[in-house]
Amino acid sequence: MELNQVQNNIVDEFSVFDDWMDKYNFLIELGKELPVIDPRFKTKDFLIEGCQSKVWLHPDFDGEIITFTADSDAIITRGIVSLLIKVLSGRTPQEIINADLFFIDKIGLRQNLSPTRSNGLLSMVRQMKLYAIAYDTKTKKNN
Amino acid sequence: MCERKKATLRIIPINDDGEIIFDEYLKLLNPRTKLVSVSQVSNALGTVLPVRKIINAAHSADIPVLIDGAQGIQHGAVDVKKMNCDFYVFSGHKIYGPTGIGVLFGKEKYLDEMPPYQGGGDMVDKVTFEKTTYNELPFKFEAGTMNYVGAIGLGKALEYVLGIGRENIAEMEQDLLKYATEKLSAINDIKIFGKSGNKISIISFLINNIHQYDAGMILDKMGIAVRTGTHCAQPVMDRFGIDGTIRASMCFYNTKEEVDILVEGIGKVIEMFS
Repeated sequence: MELNQVQNNIVDEFSVFDDWMDKYNFLIELGKELPVIDPRFKTKDFLIEGCQSKVWLHPDFDGEIITFTADSDAIITRGIVSLLIKVLSGRTPQEIINADLFFIDKIGLRQNLSPTRSNGLLSMVRQMKLYAIAYDTKTKKNN
Repeated sequence: MCERKKATLRIIPINDDGEIIFDEYLKLLNPRTKLVSVSQVSNALGTVLPVRKIINAAHSADIPVLIDGAQGIQHGAVDVKKMNCDFYVFSGHKIYGPTGIGVLFGKEKYLDEMPPYQGGGDMVDKVTFEKTTYNELPFKFEAGTMNYVGAIGLGKALEYVLGIGRENIAEMEQDLLKYATEKLSAINDIKIFGKSGNKISIISFLINNIHQYDAGMILDKMGIAVRTGTHCAQPVMDRFGIDGTIRASMCFYNTKEEVDILVEGIGKVIEMFS
């Protein structure tokens, strides 16, 4: 599925809920679907800086697409990471680099997080994009 | 300061209730101890430290004591003369005043010895190329244009607090603390950190193994303002082997009904995450 189609689906799914409490419940559910990181990657190297709760993110590049796995010690955070992974995992580095993540504002996620938590969300996005840039550069060098 | 002066910082250990272990404190004092610096109140646990005892012990070895009153000044009467501390500091915003201003009280004998920490207008007495003599106290520490806007604001805040009465504030807050501690202790899923018999009106706690961040987000959505995280007190968190708590801070203008709302909110958090 196209990256933007996935984003639109998320926006549709969230639009069902009027109340932010229900949206949080949905995030908690989403957290359970998160492709969980291999415990051996739950190290400092894969810890994302700038989050209030611990978030580990691991990229796996097969030469074409990047597959992300992640985990967090906070359940709502796990839900948020799982949304990012739904959109960005299984994509080429170029797709990730160019992704305009409009769903974050459309579902009102950023407005519903405190500034420090919102910064944490941006750190996750930045980290995923940085991995994409790194793999993209590496691929270009090899060619 | 340790980096600059090659000093060693030594920490007074605390017990499981979050109180300092006084005998351990005494063991830390030695002829090379230059300064004892303690908080009047722990911001993470609420413990009120026995500052009079701490000061007396230090003074018997001629060691000056600095009391950080940022968490203590707004919760009850403070008398620096009776306390006999050598320095007492607090920030304006912790006593309902503006940010960017605070108070440093120091005994004259120490302040006279100390050189100005910055230069600017009004802090010098006489300037020649050979020698500059400094103005008298407090002007030598008040270089340049003062933050008078902050000073006026802080003055008003202090008048407000004095108007309510610091004894009254202490009484109202202790009443709330007692009520909230009873209510929260009755919830089986809650663990309270900081159980000293001498506390200000904050309760630091965790709910089962629910992450403080998750709980904080849900409480926030219900309009309940708590603080979550380490409260800038990582060593205290390490002491208890946790990476943060939820902290409910009650102030004299809070009510028992609001404590009930918090208890309800905690119930909702437990329901959502179990």
